[in-house]
This record gives sequence, C-alpha cells and structure tokens, in this order.
Amino acid sequence: MPALDQTLDEVLNLAAAHFKVPREKLAPDDDFFKTLGIDSLQALDLLTRLEHHFRIELPDYELQGVSDFRTLAERIQSRL
Amino acid sequence: MLDLHQYASLGAALTAALDRWPNETCLIEADRDREKVRLTYSDFKEMARPLCRALEDADFKAGDRAAIIMTNQSKWLISAYAIFFCGGVLVPLDYKLSAGEHLQLLAHSKARFLIVEYYLWRAISEAAGFSKLGAEIVLVTEAPAGVDLRGAYRWEEFRRKGDPTLVARQREDTACIVYSSGTGGRAKGCVLTHDAYLEQCTALTAWYPFWPGVRYLSILPTNHAIDFMVGFIGPFVCGACVVHLRTLRPEFVRDAFVRYRITYVSLVPMVLKNLERGFRAKFDELPPKKRWLLDRLIRINKMLTRKKPRVEVSRRLLPQVHKAFGGELRALIVGGAFTDPATMQFFYDLGIPVACGYGLTEACTAVTLNDLKPFRADTVGKPLPGSELRILSPDTEGIGEVAVRSRWLMSHYLDDPELTAQTIVEGWLVTGDQGRFDGNGHLQLFGRKKNMIVTEGGKNIYPEDIESVFDGLGVKEYCVFAANYLWPQKTLGEEMLVLTIRLEQNQQIDDRLREEIVARNRRLADFKRIGGYVLWGKDFPRTASMKIKRAELAAEIGGGAAREQIVEI
Repeated sequence: MPALDQTLDEVLNLAAAHFKVPREKLAPDDDFFKTLGIDSLQALDLLTRLEHHFRIELPDYELQGVSDFRTLAERIQSRL
Repeated sequence: MLDLHQYASLGAALTAALDRWPNETCLIEADRDREKVRLTYSDFKEMARPLCRALEDADFKAGDRAAIIMTNQSKWLISAYAIFFCGGVLVPLDYKLSAGEHLQLLAHSKARFLIVEYYLWRAISEAAGFSKLGAEIVLVTEAPAGVDLRGAYRWEEFRRKGDPTLVARQREDTACIVYSSGTGGRAKGCVLTHDAYLEQCTALTAWYPFWPGVRYLSILPTNHAIDFMVGFIGPFVCGACVVHLRTLRPEFVRDAFVRYRITYVSLVPMVLKNLERGFRAKFDELPPKKRWLLDRLIRINKMLTRKKPRVEVSRRLLPQVHKAFGGELRALIVGGAFTDPATMQFFYDLGIPVACGYGLTEACTAVTLNDLKPFRADTVGKPLPGSELRILSPDTEGIGEVAVRSRWLMSHYLDDPELTAQTIVEGWLVTGDQGRFDGNGHLQLFGRKKNMIVTEGGKNIYPEDIESVFDGLGVKEYCVFAANYLWPQKTLGEEMLVLTIRLEQNQQIDDRLREEIVARNRRLADFKRIGGYVLWGKDFPRTASMKIKRAELAAEIGGGAAREQIVEI
C-alpha cells in the first residue's frame, strides 16, 4: 500500500492532468473547487478518474463536505 | 386528464396505483452500471406492507411525524409510502445537510420516527447534541452486520406479517413538512396538505403527462419539492417508472439515459450546463465537414420547431444527439434556480424540449411552467392551471413582486405564525421574487427582493444561516449579504454571498485576517460559501437590542459602495 504522501501526490498529478492546469499551481490544502474553478459535478468526474487510477470504488457521500486535496487523498487511502 | 378527485390523501392515491398496475415496473435502482433493484407495482406493495404493519405495531398513529434522510433509492419511496399509508406526516430532510443541521431540524419538526441511511446515521449519532434526539424509533437502512446502531433498528428487519389497514386522512390534513431553509437561523418548515399535493399533481400532469411505460430519471434529491412530485407522486399515481441512481457521476448519468431509455428528467441548472459542456466538446471534435453538416441540421431543426416541439422530426434529423439521450427523451424539466436562457436554447435547438418553470417549496412545487407553445427560453412559463399570479406594486416597466394564490400553497410555516403572516397575506403568497408578465402571459423574473441566493445546484442559501461561521472574527463587526440584495440587478444570475466588514479603528486588513476569513469560509459546505468581502467604513445600524438592522445597512452599503469593491476570496 502506498503511503499517504504518495497517494496525495498522485491525486494532485491526476487533478492537474484532468483539468489541464500546471501541477505546481496545486497545493495539498487547496480548495479544489476554487483552485481548479470547478463545480461539484466536475469534482465527481475527477473522482471517477481517481477511482480508475487507484482501482477502488468511492461512494458519492465520501466526497460530501470534502473540498481539499489532502482530505480527498485520505479518503482514498482508507480504501486502498 | 388525471383524475384524483376520488382520493382524499396521498396514501389512498398511491395505494390505488399499486393495485391498478400490478405488472408495470415502478422502480429501478442502479449503482454505476449495476442494476440493484427492479420492482413492479405489485413487488413494491409486497415490500411496503410488512413495513406498514411494523409501523402499526410500533404505535405509529395518524398525524405522527416521520422524517426521512436518505439519498435517492427504493427504500426512500417505500418508506414514504408506508408513512402515508399509516396516516403519518412525512418530513423529508436534505441528506446533504450536516449531522448537526439534521439534529436541529429533527428537533424542530418533532418527528417521532426517523428513517435514515447508515452512513448518515453514523454521522448523526457521533454529532454533538445526539443525546437530545427526540425521535423515539429510528430505522437505519443498509447497516453493515455487527455494527452498534445506538438503539436504532435495522430497516430491513423492521417487518411484521399480516394485513395493514390504510389510515384515512382528509384532504386538509398535513401530508408533509418540507424545510425550505433555516438550518442556521429561523427554521422554515412548510406545512403542505394532501390536497396541495393531489391538486398540484393533477395540474402538472395535465401539461406533462405520465403513463405506464414512461421512465423518469430521478437525479434531484427526492427530499426536494421537484423530485418528490415528479420523481415519486406523479409517476406513481400514473403507473410510470422511476429510475434511481446511487451515484450521480456524470458518466453514469449519461449511461442511464441510454440504458433505461429515459422519457423525462428534472435537472438543476448546474447539471444542464454540465451536459451542454459535454455536447459542445463533442461537437468541437468533429471534422470540419461533419461539423458543417451538423450546424445545417440544427438550423433546419430550429426552423421546424419554432412554433412547437416536434420530437419525432428532431430525432430523425439529429439521431446521434437523441441517441445520446436514449432516443425517447420527451423533455428536460429544469427548475430550482436561475437557468441561463442560452443553455436552454442550446438544447431546444437540438430538438430536446426544455420545460423551465418557477416554484417555491412554500407552493408545493411549481407555480409556472413553460408549455412549449412556443418554447421561450427567456421566461419561466405560464401559470399552471390552478395557480393565480399577480405582480404587486409594478413599476413603470411592469416589474414588481410576484404573489401567488393557489390550492397548493402551504397552509403555514410550522410553529411560526409571525413568519406565516408576513409570507401569506390575505391568501396570497408573497414570494420575494421580482417579475412581470409579458404580452403572452409568460412570467419573466428579474432578481429578488429578499436577502438570499439560490445556487446553480438549486439550494436556497440565507446569509443568516451561514453567518455564525464568522463568530469571533477579529474585526469590529460583520454581516453577510447576498450581493444582488445590496446592489439589485434585474437578473437572477451572478449570485454570490458577501461578507461586509467594519474594521476596528486603525485596523488594516492583512494577510492573517484574510487567511482567517478563507479558513472559516471553508468550514461551510462548498455551495454555502461567501464569494468575497467588502470593507465598510461606518458602524452598523442596530436596534435597541443591538441586532443589526439588516435592511437599513444593506441600503447604506448599496448606496455607498460599489459592487466592484468586492474582494473575491
């Protein structure tokens, strides 16, 4: 199982690639809605991408109330 | 036309429907690409009856309140039916609220019973204030084996054998208490009768009928007034089928249109925009010749559907577009918030009718709807048969506050006669929305008189409900406003909340304060956050009891500062 830091790094890489923003513009504690300029549906799209990458399934409610990359990575980590 | 006159209650109307179409499919529940549940009306009845019997045994009586906090799924509808069957009052709560907010509304509603999904129950039972939960019986769905349910019962095991008895209710009895807002401030529980729902259902289905074979994709939360009506009551009393998705990822929603050949779907503007983005991206990828052809076909379709939709013709002209929606879509129903006319026009031009309407929780569901004769993207349609609208104190352009009178208005706000008296005046519901009628009897909306915003996701956010997150902020005083309330615009777009700040004498706004504002803002759910702040140089006007005079302050700021002074965060 990868460490949380590695998961977080992969989340940031994927988010940057998915929404075509430079990776260095994203920080772990960023509000991804704000930094990426996305709405909650686009965030769900990202979640699907992350599920494929990590080969897990995350119910929608796992994302409820989550708005920063670090917490998102923690939710993913708990299912790895 | 649907005739519900013979039924006095939702329980009676739904029970008759279960017997009338035993072999029609009423409910499909899918999780991603896996179908989890498929029920006929007869199956639904068989699943609901043991729950009804168990509720009877638990002394659930006529008029007792039962709250549901669940995502859209079959157990939501089965539970709601059982509550109505037993003569109860349903309190549908928004599953997206926090556990603390759930506890607050449960206390306000005085619900005796609570039916809740396990993951939500876990959060509620861990929240501060749980010990004060007043519900006597809690049923939890889908709880994993062996977990401590903190005194709750498993929904799946809460069943008794035997024949339950339908409890008769009168039309004027309360069917539902629906909260339109008020989690942080004053709870607004709209008390709606069986008559309101049955009459509204008759009116809506007169324009957009359901029948056996119709498949309605239920994406909006069922606790929301729109989905409760068009994703439960409407299709069920007409023998149609409701499709639930356990995940609302855009890719699975798109798949569901095709897999289940959806007939109708209700969407909030955010979802409609997401679909538009997807289509536009696909169109942009087409090679130039194909794109040219597509544009020509769209132009022809526009010409042919100028006066009214011609779905069959559009499907032949633009088969790929219609196939993406499953090929049988008859209308996209849009409501709950301001929808960009350009987005609606985009879909209509592709031959997909968009039924845009206007409604309030206080008025059951909808009061106006586009009848598509012809389609008008710039209006929210005409008054539905049975609702009467008027414009109060119109200005020279005919714009004034919209008031509604109808059998489907709420009877009152729960336990709040003062607010009820302010909202329903001589039988007219004063909406707080600004509008006018055009020459063809269509209602056009032009912003709000009230201090609130409606998000693109259809959520009503009142500043008073979120203000407490800034309690103790290191400034002299602050107040949250809707930007369009401070600087009225004749549009429902560009809505945001702003924090107005009065600094201490000699205080400057610095990075630390800014970071503090950002950090506190992030404690709010993403759709409730402020968009920016404005500095104000004078003390806030206050009442003798030191409450901020919001209207007075808003007028001062609106006149003394400009919208451009908002510092976005």
